[in-house]
Amino acid sequence: MAQSEIKDTDHVSDVEHEVTSTGLNHRKMLMWAFLGSDCMFFGALIATYLVYKGKSLSGPQPIDVFDIPVTSVSTFVLLMSSMSMVLAYSALTKNNMKVFRIWMISTAIKGATFVGFQVYEFASFSKHHVHVECNESHEMTTFETEVFEAECKPGIDSFSGEYGLKPQTNLFGTTFYTLTGLHGAHVTLGVVWLLSLLLLSFKKGVITKEKNVDIDLAALYWHFVDVVWIVIFTVVYLFGVFPFS
Amino acid sequence: MSDNQINSEVHTDHPTSLQYFKIAVILVIITAIEVGIFYLEFLGYFIIPILLVLSAGKFYLVAMYYMHLKFDNKLFTLLFISGFTVATGVILALMALFRAF
Repeated sequence: MAQSEIKDTDHVSDVEHEVTSTGLNHRKMLMWAFLGSDCMFFGALIATYLVYKGKSLSGPQPIDVFDIPVTSVSTFVLLMSSMSMVLAYSALTKNNMKVFRIWMISTAIKGATFVGFQVYEFASFSKHHVHVECNESHEMTTFETEVFEAECKPGIDSFSGEYGLKPQTNLFGTTFYTLTGLHGAHVTLGVVWLLSLLLLSFKKGVITKEKNVDIDLAALYWHFVDVVWIVIFTVVYLFGVFPFS
Repeated sequence: MSDNQINSEVHTDHPTSLQYFKIAVILVIITAIEVGIFYLEFLGYFIIPILLVLSAGKFYLVAMYYMHLKFDNKLFTLLFISGFTVATGVILALMALFRAF
């Protein structure tokens, strides 16, 4: 096909269908290469977390701080954001700009909600509270047993204290906050990116049915942070409080 | 350049909005099963492969349908799978090295 023909077809811009040696859009190829490299980035962080899992000498452990129902809700929100993102892209390819904008704002709100959940989670972990009854036997985690042995002296009925999990507290804190914090940073960047594209869509001719690569790239990035979270939720959270590990 | 090469990026077989919604429902159901299974203590260590398979299923659905790898050029799949394979290899190698299994 001659280059002139490509240019004339459906008024597609040069940028969208540039002639390349592979026939593929270079920006999209670069995005996939980036996502592949980001896989390695998160792979290294997950590996570090798993290698140091259970090796903390002090401080709260995953079973002490994780709240699976809360994290399940935030996981649900992120999964739904992926759905709204793909529906936004689908609406754009059908030239339905109104629906496209609705799904884009919906995706950004869900992303911001996920980040909000993460901020809440980090805040509650950093103020983790331990309460032990000294005179009644009850099921305790390893860390609560340590607190029990250290604080329950004769004459003391119960003990309450704050044992916050911070990045410097133990190996679990360091690896957990680094991994989930950097994922949260990815989500935050994604929200900013989506909102920027949403604003740009109001500018005539910038984002159209034909010029959809910008949205395609943002969607790929957004789905990627979703698949990374799918792995983190299972490996870090569910395995983290797994009673047999 | 041939027409085929140029058209390799034209997305004509993408799922419909209803299909995207159905995939989202499946993803939510799998997540609910994951959380439910987690509380079944009698499963013991069997919970690990079950959760890994469920998680891999969710990963596959998002990558193949939402990220359109199933419909796009295979070179994109290769680029992504290459990084993913190295990442998985690094995780397994480091865990073996530090006897974290």
